[in-house]
Amino acid sequence: MKQPIRFSSVMFWFGMAFLYLPMLSLVIYSFNSSRLVTVWAGWSTKWYGELFRDEGLMAAVWRSLEVAFWSANTAVCLGVLASVALTRFGRFRGRSMLHSLVAAPLVMPDVIIGLSLLLMFVSMTDVLGWPQERGLFTIWIAHATFGTAYATVVISSRLKELDRSFVEAAMDLGAAPVKAFVQITLPIIMPALVSAWLLAFTLSLDDVVIASFVSGPGATTLPIEVFSSVRLGVSPKINALATLIILIVSLVTLVAWWLSRRKLKRDKLVRS
Amino acid sequence: MKKVTERLKRHAEHGKRWVIAVPTLWLMLFFALPFLIVLKIAFAESAIAIPPYTQLLTMADDAFDLHVYFGNFIFLTEDALYLTAYLNSLKMAAISTFLCLLIGYPMAYHIARAKPSTQTVLLLLILLPSWTSFLIRIYAWIGILKSNGILNNTLMWLGVVDQPLAILNTNVAVYIGIVYAYLPFMILPLYANLVKHDHSLIEASQDLGARWLQSFWRITFPLSRNGIIAGCMLVFIPVVGEYVIPELLGGTNSIVIGKVLWQEFFNNRDWPLASSLALIMLLLLMLPIHFFRKYQEKEWEEGK
Repeated sequence: MKQPIRFSSVMFWFGMAFLYLPMLSLVIYSFNSSRLVTVWAGWSTKWYGELFRDEGLMAAVWRSLEVAFWSANTAVCLGVLASVALTRFGRFRGRSMLHSLVAAPLVMPDVIIGLSLLLMFVSMTDVLGWPQERGLFTIWIAHATFGTAYATVVISSRLKELDRSFVEAAMDLGAAPVKAFVQITLPIIMPALVSAWLLAFTLSLDDVVIASFVSGPGATTLPIEVFSSVRLGVSPKINALATLIILIVSLVTLVAWWLSRRKLKRDKLVRS
Repeated sequence: MKKVTERLKRHAEHGKRWVIAVPTLWLMLFFALPFLIVLKIAFAESAIAIPPYTQLLTMADDAFDLHVYFGNFIFLTEDALYLTAYLNSLKMAAISTFLCLLIGYPMAYHIARAKPSTQTVLLLLILLPSWTSFLIRIYAWIGILKSNGILNNTLMWLGVVDQPLAILNTNVAVYIGIVYAYLPFMILPLYANLVKHDHSLIEASQDLGARWLQSFWRITFPLSRNGIIAGCMLVFIPVVGEYVIPELLGGTNSIVIGKVLWQEFFNNRDWPLASSLALIMLLLLMLPIHFFRKYQEKEWEEGK
């Protein structure tokens, strides 16, 4: 059994280098004083200053955060309902359809989702007169929709492995199903809700294709802004932005890992 | 007392219906219904109007006039560009899926064999890049692969090559970008599958004298079939419609269907043609999506 472990270890660390070296290069060159991103001309933090002075980009950051916040909220709410339906209700009419509706957005190419939703909004405006114009509102709907699919996967996999005896005990003691869910199940699956929320949030913050289709005048989100600037070539400002994103994501991940490890240790102590 | 429980039961049934209806309706309205509209507009004619297509159904002299236009689909067969784009996309998706499997399988295997506490850390390390911006990670490769980029500078400094390699704006760059961006999607389902394997099977086969490769091929690999299917579908299907990576890393001659659709829609403003391109792509992906869904449902039932 020695041989395979060694081979897969080599492949693993090779793969890790492949995943992380490009990100490392982004971080290093964000501190480069030269405008030509790949020619080194000494340390400097001036691109961070330029980044924060770029009002267009900063406005896009706030718009994106706003859309991501509301999309994630919506996605988690719909995701909880869909997960409860899929994992708790047994067989019901429309179960297989709901299942397809949740699975398909996970793999559907972005260009198809974006195009079809835009045509849908245009037709709705035509027939119903609503939505009057496309913008952050339509992006919110689009992001909430694919976010729901991801949120459902995360939440339902937690609900599936949940020990149901607590809930049954509560119901035996006379708690209504809704009360039992809110007071017993929700607190237990809270970590899953948080990770589903974070996933929907980052997916929304990251989407450029769907947002380009369903966005309207004046509603450029951060990825749309970054995409149009990247198409024109490399810019150190984008490196600075990338470094900040990597920093924030790493910190959040570290804190989440630390919290879950602490909880695991405490649970072990309680049990022993 | 009986009355109360009955009322409670009716109440619960009512609540249940809402729990099912709300997400179903939302996804129907904003995910499924739009496909019907694509179908409708694929059979409309492009027009200089707002919105830029003709109506399928018009009212004239108190009668409905149905106007179905097949021109878009005929046009797609006449210009070789579209067929090339579809074939290129399928080829690109197939090759990059295979490359992801080749790199991802040993990585997933390594994680699944690690200590449980280490597994969490390794998984987080695999996932962390995909939580940062996808766009920015693709952008990183522009800086690396450019003719005066990091890779060429390093190779020339080492004396491996005399003049810069042209990698950016070729298909090689597109493959690198796709494998880079989609690798975590391959590793995750493979890991989820491999970690469930019963190791005693392997030990038994080894006790019976099987060499490592033999027990891998005859036990581990067949057992991980579901994980392989899920991982491959999670990579293959979205890559067929990929737009951002070929646009940023590929050259003008890397013609893929996502790019062609985007250009027809945004540059030529030909919405009906873009719709028919999307419709054909959807038909091509129907079978893989069905596969993916079937696997997912299996996993769903298994876990219960």
